[in-house]
Amino acid sequence: MVTDTARKPDSRPSAPARVRRRERNPLGAFGALSHVALLLWALLIIGPIVWTFLAAFKTNAEIFGDAITLPASFGGDAWGRAWEKAHIGQYMLNTIFVVACSTAGTMLLGSMAAYVLARYTFPGNRVIYFLFVSGMTFPVFLALVPLFFVVKNLGLLDTHLGLILVYIAYSLPFTVFFLSAFFKTLPTSVAEAAMMDGCSHTRTFFQIMVPMARPGLISITIFNILGQWNQYLLPIVLLTGNVEDKWVITQGVANISTSAGYEADWPGLFAALSMAIIPVMIVYIIFQRQIQSGLTSGAVK
Amino acid sequence: MRQGKYPFIVGFLAAPVLLYVVFVISPYIQAFYISLTDWKGISAAPRFIGLENFTRLFDDEVFWAAVRHHGVLLLVMPLVTIVIALFFAFLLNLSGGQRGGQMTGLWGSKVYRVIFFLPQVLAVAIVGVLFQTIYRSDETGVINSLLGKIGIDPVGWLIDPDIALLSIIGVMVWQAVGFYVVLFSAGMSSIPKDVFEAAALDGAGRFTLFFRITLPMLWDTMQVAWVYLGIAAFDAFALVQVLSVDRGGPDNSTTVLPLEIWRTAFNFSKFGYASAMGVALFFMAITFAALTLRVTRRERIEY
Repeated sequence: MVTDTARKPDSRPSAPARVRRRERNPLGAFGALSHVALLLWALLIIGPIVWTFLAAFKTNAEIFGDAITLPASFGGDAWGRAWEKAHIGQYMLNTIFVVACSTAGTMLLGSMAAYVLARYTFPGNRVIYFLFVSGMTFPVFLALVPLFFVVKNLGLLDTHLGLILVYIAYSLPFTVFFLSAFFKTLPTSVAEAAMMDGCSHTRTFFQIMVPMARPGLISITIFNILGQWNQYLLPIVLLTGNVEDKWVITQGVANISTSAGYEADWPGLFAALSMAIIPVMIVYIIFQRQIQSGLTSGAVK
Repeated sequence: MRQGKYPFIVGFLAAPVLLYVVFVISPYIQAFYISLTDWKGISAAPRFIGLENFTRLFDDEVFWAAVRHHGVLLLVMPLVTIVIALFFAFLLNLSGGQRGGQMTGLWGSKVYRVIFFLPQVLAVAIVGVLFQTIYRSDETGVINSLLGKIGIDPVGWLIDPDIALLSIIGVMVWQAVGFYVVLFSAGMSSIPKDVFEAAALDGAGRFTLFFRITLPMLWDTMQVAWVYLGIAAFDAFALVQVLSVDRGGPDNSTTVLPLEIWRTAFNFSKFGYASAMGVALFFMAITFAALTLRVTRRERIEY
């Protein structure tokens, strides 16, 4: 009803409407230039990534030749070499294991803490909340040296468990910040009704609040998966020793490009790069809306 | 309702708080103490030496090179990123003219937003490796190969000390723009439609719309963007570590504090000295954030 009456003046060919139509004219010089600028930037973004995928099928000679040629044949040799010989397969499995454990841990502990901080009043509530949130603002490099020794003294250096615990700890600030804001927006009446019916606090949380908070939980889960999958600094500090079999994918790829042993195998390097990029791209394309809103809501505190 | 409230609260908070205090809070606090010692390794016990590490920093050429590079990063990177992102956000949100009384973006704006944001989700280390080959200095590098087609000699993107840092900044901008396009788009969509409508009825063109209405009303978002980009400029590590020649080279022309902290600690085992750099970095980052918020403070536009 409302929209109908609102639209009516527009459908009439009055003078202002005609002005509007001219403004939309796609052939205007400004419009054309804008499209050129947008296309150019899109090309700048996609170009290097497409080039990487193509280079994984090229030969060494082709890679060092003309930059904009297609590979002569699309064989999967380089992919096999990167997976087996450069251990990308192993690094990928390590990363999946570490990220699965640490994201699950982050979500469980983070949502528990956020829920309590958002919906219960008790002495020390604000202090603990600010303790968590302050972790978002300090540069991690300040903590690097002591962190190394904390992990070492606990006997967790060069172990996946150490990396998982550290990932969880450093993901908590943003997770708690984001989720406590989310839990605050949920209606109290449902939780209260459940409690009246004899639900315990813990059951109310897991069976009532978590399902209601699902949209927020999904956004922040994807955010954490991406962040932990892409982590580079913490692994190179905490998995430094001779534990190459425990490395994660970012470490592995960065190492192939620097170590002399693989220098001759450029297609292998690009296959490795592609394998590191593809899973992230798939996740991004499926969840791009949640990722964009999740990442930017963190910026507008 | 109140039954068992405190056991529940303690039970839910114990594990996250413990983990957080052990791995995040305690290292931050320890860092300040370690920066006052000459700790060089596991065997030798740390000796308290007061501010000696900090006085040594003053004579450390590499430290000052790193600080200078943060200065360049802080000026160039946010400025370029914000200008490009603002331009694209404006095109994608407000410059398609009006439709049904609403400002719209140009055709295809949804697709562009997805593409522009993509580098943001790629690992910085992976992007670094990728750009190593794009920037390769002889004629086989991707950019040089393209430049060769129009008759331009190969450029030493990463090996020429004069432009190596700018090349790295280029990658940072490449990666960051999409994020700020989305951020500014969110800001633009919260500007009331009738403001634009009124201006358009008064005959305002695109340039007036941009400079007289959009820009002033986006001031808060831009301030956030500048602080975020500034923090990113202090955090630049993976890209420099992976991309630069000799880790911060050539001749320390691209080095940054995080890289020096990491090297000093884990290559040379000078833990006290590395922590002193960490403390310096901490104060620089805090000062920057406080200054930015103060300098850019303006009358809030209520709408």
